[in-house]
Amino acid sequence: MAPWIIDAAPNEATMGLVYKIYFFHMPSAWMFLVAALAAGVASMRFLFFKKATADGWALAAAELTVLFGAFTLVTGPLWARKAWGVWWQWDPRLTSSLVLFLMYVAYLLLRRYGGPGSDKLAAGMAIFSMFNVIFVYVSVNYWRTIHPPTSVVPTLPVEMGIPLWYCVIAFTLLFIVLLKMRARLEHQRARVEALYLAEES
Amino acid sequence: MRIVLLCACLLLAPVIAAAQPQPPKDFVAVDETLPGEQIPALPLIAGAYGFIWVVLLGYVWSIGRRLRTVEAELAELEARRRPPVGGAAGGR
Repeated sequence: MAPWIIDAAPNEATMGLVYKIYFFHMPSAWMFLVAALAAGVASMRFLFFKKATADGWALAAAELTVLFGAFTLVTGPLWARKAWGVWWQWDPRLTSSLVLFLMYVAYLLLRRYGGPGSDKLAAGMAIFSMFNVIFVYVSVNYWRTIHPPTSVVPTLPVEMGIPLWYCVIAFTLLFIVLLKMRARLEHQRARVEALYLAEES
Repeated sequence: MRIVLLCACLLLAPVIAAAQPQPPKDFVAVDETLPGEQIPALPLIAGAYGFIWVVLLGYVWSIGRRLRTVEAELAELEARRRPPVGGAAGGR
């Protein structure tokens, strides 16, 4: 249904047709930030409240941060090429987003190759990285940047707002489903590991 | 003599600078755009949407595959730990 709703949306006056990337780019960017926050909160629960299952949720959310971060960082330059005439600009929003993405790539690499104890180290890293989300969000309002500010969303005309909010809801549901699937995988892996340990003892 | 030359240069500098052609202060609109400068939007949109769909489907497939493998391993381990049905009675 999304392609029809997006197709029915009018073109933007200065950017023309290419602004329609926004309908996937903006929800991806939101889920990128939400996933990073979820990974940070779950890591806090794991590290400070010793909730073993929270580690699975943190790992799932970190993987989704990288997934939605990749969506954001690929669709953004495709839009920028037409709207700004360049693929990339080292401005605060783009640079901080790239840094956040790389932090979670590092988190996943640490979990994959860090060996014993890497879960706690990675949890600390996710908590530290979570605070970059605030910086990414406010960067467009506090620094001079060519990226559209956050005030664009509430001021959108209705005919552009409907497809955008439709896509935001769709991406939120997608995020919840993927998070549950990925966390289930981690929890099942933890059960397998526990059974192997029980067999050995 | 050097001081006179220096003074003359300093006095003439603003006059020379003002005589230079100034760039336009506003953008000038043109009716035509050079064909070489046009960037088609459609391949960019197709690239953006295509990338998201391909990666998303690949990711869902990857989770499904990993989940099936782990659940099969889990079922096997649980079956190994469960005592065989009627095993004790059969042994007597």
